[in-house]
Amino acid sequence: MPAIDAPAIRVRGAVKRFGALQALAGVDLDIQPGEFFGLLGPNGAGKTTLISALAGLLRLTSGSIQVMGHDVLGDYREARRALGVVPQELVFDPFFSVRELLRIQSGYFGIRKNDDWIDELLANLDLTNKADTNMRALSGGMKRRVLVAQALVHKPPVIVLDEPTAGVDVELRQTLWAFIRKLNEAGHTIVLTTHYLEEAEELCGRIAMLKAGRVVALDSTPNLLSRVSHHALKLRVAGLVTLPASLAVLGAVLQSGGLEIPFTSHAKVEGLLAAVREAGVEIIEVEIAKPDLEQAFVEIMQGAAA
Amino acid sequence: MSSAFRTLLYKEMLRFWKVSFQTVAAPVLSSVLYLMIFGHVLEGRLQPFEGVTYTSFLVPGLVMMSVLQNAFANSSSSLIQSKINGNIIFVLLPPISWLEFYGAYVIASIVRGVAVGGGVWLASLFFSWTGIAHPLWALAFVILGAALLGTLGVIGGIWADKFDQLGAFQNFLIVPLTMLSGVFYSIHSLPVFWQALSHFNPFFFMIDGFRYGIFGASDASPWLSLAVVSGAFVLVAGLCLKMLRSGYKLRG
Repeated sequence: MPAIDAPAIRVRGAVKRFGALQALAGVDLDIQPGEFFGLLGPNGAGKTTLISALAGLLRLTSGSIQVMGHDVLGDYREARRALGVVPQELVFDPFFSVRELLRIQSGYFGIRKNDDWIDELLANLDLTNKADTNMRALSGGMKRRVLVAQALVHKPPVIVLDEPTAGVDVELRQTLWAFIRKLNEAGHTIVLTTHYLEEAEELCGRIAMLKAGRVVALDSTPNLLSRVSHHALKLRVAGLVTLPASLAVLGAVLQSGGLEIPFTSHAKVEGLLAAVREAGVEIIEVEIAKPDLEQAFVEIMQGAAA
Repeated sequence: MSSAFRTLLYKEMLRFWKVSFQTVAAPVLSSVLYLMIFGHVLEGRLQPFEGVTYTSFLVPGLVMMSVLQNAFANSSSSLIQSKINGNIIFVLLPPISWLEFYGAYVIASIVRGVAVGGGVWLASLFFSWTGIAHPLWALAFVILGAALLGTLGVIGGIWADKFDQLGAFQNFLIVPLTMLSGVFYSIHSLPVFWQALSHFNPFFFMIDGFRYGIFGASDASPWLSLAVVSGAFVLVAGLCLKMLRSGYKLRG
């Protein structure tokens, strides 16, 4: 029997080898119910392998994974009922219409009369007028939305989205994220992998970064950002052609229409501005650029490589 | 019977029914053409069984050949298409057991085999009618043969990574074994060596057993045919279930 207070997802010592290649090298991870969790990493880091193992699409070499307290192998029926997966690839069954597919998918999960929820999904994903259209006739963005609907037909408490916005337009992204946020607010646990780091920064409360099959960082999004030392003073200046040597030693770089000087502590800003004035540079506009997840990502990945 | 099993079975049947012109009507037409051409050319020249015309002899062979080839085509094409398109994940993500998976694909194959075989039999009534001597024997061989080929289709569909690999499986194994099984001839018309070799072909026993069900006469004992076909089915089903249980080529 699963523990009542079990995490939404529990990964313990997950190792997966494909011949000589070690895709997962011992991953431990707990994701709590109701979290909006980001799983980030470069290509080949092991994100999709981890999600595939979670979904029962591949078997671990060693280790275990539970979904809502149900082991994905030993108690696979309950584990799969608790999980909805939006795959990365744009896959579809060409024989059926959108509604047929969603009814069939509901039946796989033991739900026979699901039209009310299917209608709600179609409305939320802006697919109502495509309900009776064959999958082959849909655009890429619409197929992507159907994939999301398929993952949600059985109202799973845990929803995994593997690169759900890859190659889709801005409008669809906004629609999709509004809907996923609504689901998260209603208590669903969301696990997201994405290459758009600003999405992860905006949406995810906690983030794990994977590299070479290992978790190299796991923290709340604000804590990850605070690890980044890379603030920058961005100055729009008048008529600067060459970078003064006194500023070059501070790490300043010349950019179109201005200067960018990195710094680690806000206490140093006053001194940097003074150094710019002493170099005879006229400041027109000052901006302090905050660190973003992209910088954090790069620094953490570089740190993990060291 | 779980909802997942029923749904997968329904989906597999709906899949071939949506393209029934290609999956049912076309193979019926092919068999009717065989019947017209071979029946016309060889009628009166061959009489494999006493009191049975060549066209009548040909009908059960063609019916059974259609059942077997279409049962194989159903499961194998569904699986290879789903694997190559990637939409196989829609049946791998839900809580469907390996036994339910096997049962749904094989039963859908039997249904398609019976639909095509039934179509060929109905069309053959325009050319010949001999009645059915032992309906239960005939039915047993149709169901067992279709189940065996549906299972081979699941194995082929899972094993093959590309369409041409499945094509090789079909063209170099299934088609020769079917064509050399006595569809168009009685093995007693063959030289002794080839007669003996035919007894190692389980497809011969499927077709010969079905002929016994139709005419009450056959080259081999129907009990021997039943034993060989059942044994082959158990063997192939065992292999297929082992593949599914281990997740071979489906679950990494």
